[in-house]
Amino acid sequence: MLTKRIIPCLDVKDGRVVKGVKFLNLRDAGDPVELGKRYSDEGADELVFLDITATIRSRKTIVELVERVAENVFIPFTVGGGIQTIEQIDELLRSGAEKVSINTAAVQNTDIIVKAAGRFGNQCIVLAIDARRSQVKNGHPPRGEAAGWQVCVKAGTEPTDIDVVKWAVEAEKSGAGEILLTSMDADGTQAGYDNELNKAVSDAVNIPVIASGGAGRLEHLYDAIVKGGADAVLMASITHFETISIRQMKEYLAGRQVPVNL
Amino acid sequence: MIVVIDYNVGNVRSVCKAFGYLGCEVRLSSRPDEIEAAEGLVLPGVAAFGYAVGVLGGLAELIKEVALAGKPLLGICVGHQLLFEKSFEHGEHRGLSLIKGDVVRLPAGRVIPHMGWNKVVMPESMDLFAGLGMEKHFYFAHSYYTDVKDSSAEVAYTDYGFELPASIQKGNIYGTQFHPEKSGNAGLQVLRNFVSVCEKGKR
Repeated sequence: MLTKRIIPCLDVKDGRVVKGVKFLNLRDAGDPVELGKRYSDEGADELVFLDITATIRSRKTIVELVERVAENVFIPFTVGGGIQTIEQIDELLRSGAEKVSINTAAVQNTDIIVKAAGRFGNQCIVLAIDARRSQVKNGHPPRGEAAGWQVCVKAGTEPTDIDVVKWAVEAEKSGAGEILLTSMDADGTQAGYDNELNKAVSDAVNIPVIASGGAGRLEHLYDAIVKGGADAVLMASITHFETISIRQMKEYLAGRQVPVNL
Repeated sequence: MIVVIDYNVGNVRSVCKAFGYLGCEVRLSSRPDEIEAAEGLVLPGVAAFGYAVGVLGGLAELIKEVALAGKPLLGICVGHQLLFEKSFEHGEHRGLSLIKGDVVRLPAGRVIPHMGWNKVVMPESMDLFAGLGMEKHFYFAHSYYTDVKDSSAEVAYTDYGFELPASIQKGNIYGTQFHPEKSGNAGLQVLRNFVSVCEKGKR
């Protein structure tokens, strides 16, 4: 049986791992290669590295980082942040990344998913969605509309009027092999994943969904998988700053009959 | 020396790095003389099948020739699929036909791609699994799988709602649908075992 995955996420800025709350107030969390290796040794199933500066200069740094990680870490890792072209994807995959995650560029033009999937295979194209709950009035969505989430781009700074669930379905049709679904409302709060969001998306698509944003306690992981229907859970703050190890996460999930690679 | 076939698909370097980590002499190459001189060949692959066949081009015949002459060959993921006769990924494409069977889409009714760590039940008789015990988890990432129709091939399976072929061995020809280079210590052991096979051939 396919196991549920535990995926630490390393946001990288100026060559260091950082972590903030709701995409702001960044704190230093260490060296990306050392941290990646540590998580791999502790039993992480995958790693995600996100270049959160995504400038021309940082792009060179991230390729060098990918090469260093690939020399030391023998589990799959995804790289994302500011990817715009097929050439960039090719370079990252050739440098040792297993997958790339695409966000803003796909929203601007789904062609990049179609082309990348056709060339590299669907399994290495991860669509990252930064989701924000749509505005509600008096605790209810506007008249005649269901509760929903809107897609935000450019590292969450620009909201669009695109509905998250519809976008996920369209991305699957275009060839995305996986969805990395981050709740901006929950990110860094350690108050639990947005499982209504996870459920809405995982019910609508047939590709794996990685729940992201809000992990703070062990039961949050369980809830994202069981209530949210997630195939994998991503976390940053609790592994970087807290004392919950990957092994503890897996033992906890295994104890509650969730299949994990322990 | 192990030669990893360089044919412009993703992840070739991570395969090299894993062999390098094991202290094994490895070269990434598409030169026919180096392919012929190698003790063993690895055909990696993160790509769509049709694209992989296209960029492999004339090398396909050479690889097939040296494999049939007895040189150990390990196909990984799409490289594993390339060992078979035909693939139906985005059209219909011919493979190397070293093993009988087709590459077809995973049956509906499950999450596709099959992505993540799944448990492989490992027959003791298969060289790649020496020293690994009865079962281990390996990392998979694929939407198509090999429907093996070759009675002379040994197959190890994983459970994805049906018996999914995870690895194959037919004489000196080996394949893994999973990525040993991304499967932690168990995966590194699979690669080490392939190196041992190659070294035996040298003696």
